[in-house]
Amino acid sequence: MNAIYRARKRTNLILLTISGLAVLFGLFWLAWILGTLFYEGGHALARATLYYQMTPPPGADGGLANAIVGSALLVAVGTLLGTPIGILAGTYLAEFGKRNWLANATRFLNDVLLAAPSIVIGLFIYSVYVAQVRHFSGWAGALALALIVIPVVVRTTDDMLKLVPNSLREATAALGCPAWKMIVFVTYRAARTGIITGILLAVARISGETAPLLFTSLNNQFWSLNMNAPMSNLPTVIFQFAMSPYQDWHRLAWGGAALITFTVLILNIIARALFRRAH
Amino acid sequence: MTETSNRLLRTSVRTAAGPALHELKPKLQVHGLNFFYGAYQALRNITLDIPEHKVTAFIGPSGCGKSTLLRTFNRMYSLYPEQRAEGEVLIDGENLLAPGRDVSLIRAKIGMVFQKPTPFPMSIYDNISFGVRLYERLSKREMDDRVEQALTRAGLWQEVRNKLNQSGNSLSGGQQQRLCIARCIAIQPEVLLLDEPCSALDPISTARVEELIHQLKNDYTVVIVTHNMQQAARVSDFTAYMYLGELIEYGATDSIFIKPQRKETEDYITGRFG
Repeated sequence: MNAIYRARKRTNLILLTISGLAVLFGLFWLAWILGTLFYEGGHALARATLYYQMTPPPGADGGLANAIVGSALLVAVGTLLGTPIGILAGTYLAEFGKRNWLANATRFLNDVLLAAPSIVIGLFIYSVYVAQVRHFSGWAGALALALIVIPVVVRTTDDMLKLVPNSLREATAALGCPAWKMIVFVTYRAARTGIITGILLAVARISGETAPLLFTSLNNQFWSLNMNAPMSNLPTVIFQFAMSPYQDWHRLAWGGAALITFTVLILNIIARALFRRAH
Repeated sequence: MTETSNRLLRTSVRTAAGPALHELKPKLQVHGLNFFYGAYQALRNITLDIPEHKVTAFIGPSGCGKSTLLRTFNRMYSLYPEQRAEGEVLIDGENLLAPGRDVSLIRAKIGMVFQKPTPFPMSIYDNISFGVRLYERLSKREMDDRVEQALTRAGLWQEVRNKLNQSGNSLSGGQQQRLCIARCIAIQPEVLLLDEPCSALDPISTARVEELIHQLKNDYTVVIVTHNMQQAARVSDFTAYMYLGELIEYGATDSIFIKPQRKETEDYITGRFG
């Protein structure tokens, strides 16, 4: 008895140590990345010119205003295009086609799309859209981002709706409630937090995507809100500026990287706080 | 042990003999009902009448088909394509199982409360008004009245009147179950199906729900599935004993518990089963 108890304590201690070390290992890199970003980009972030001046030619002073607005626009349009499709498809998978062949095939293809390298999606939009209309554009970029949003949202919506206990569906049906009302008013509400988290995850993911934008929206040195023209965006600017030999550009690139990271971080914190209050 | 539980049972049975089953107006009539989960047959040729404004209990060991029988009355099984029923279940003479019957209208007439409390993820008020809004367009005032009425009937009004905007999930288990009963009677059904409504509740909450069932039978036909034989003896007027998908014995609760006709029934209710 005593030996068994001691062995159990020992095993517990070993496992606790290993899992604790794993946490520390994970957090270490995260802290390093965030620390570097803040160290290198914090200075640029603190300068007001970052937010209202355009991306400058080498050697001149400037900011990222056009890239910030372009990124916000591309991410917003991409999310708005992808989210409804993702939620509806996820709803079909979880609520209607639980085990039929169409649902199974969709789930499989969706997982493939989820794992597809984003550059493939960029090339796809390039060949079916950009190459056809013969110019890069904001629409093309937003489309590529939407294609990245869809599988993420499909997957989380499907998973979260499946977590809603079936007893809740039966109870709703027992009132004589039609299926669509049950989904909109009961199961969506029950899975709300999870579905929103999925959308935020998708937003975070596309905020930093560079590869699909290189082939679609490209970049624009000037202020532009025209979705039909090439559009500036933070990831591409970071890519271009970081690869350059110029100190000023490097500073701006760090600033842009820090900006994306902290925006996504703040977005997540706000969403979490909102949902904690709602419950 | 069996002697004690037997005596317990007998003392809890009301002794006043009511009218016999065949003298009462039937609300639900089941004729030759067979039920299948895929290839597995869960109910075999069930025939019984459920009298109006009475409480009828289904008892029997787990897996005997009592919940399955209950779930045919509101076509709950229609949610699952692999489940099907054959035979007839008539409500006021109309067959519920006939193809083309509007399932929603059946469920508006025949409400159901489940084993586990299932409050919707919305406020206490909306939990009640949600169902009402499926069938009626009421003014704010009328809806307020309806919500109060339903909660009062379910014996919950005093406890929640000052927190109608709070989430239904914030209530205790027993309160949640009474909320579900209130939600059910708010749409003014004619039949209430209770599927082990007290199995997740503590004794005090159980007593409250049982008291409620007693009051409800004045206006509703109540059918209750229960594992608890004392409960069946306490709340029901008629009891059906089921075993392995068959109806073994059905009659006035008093006679089922005091002098069952069939050996199997007696063995089960005296605890000598199996």
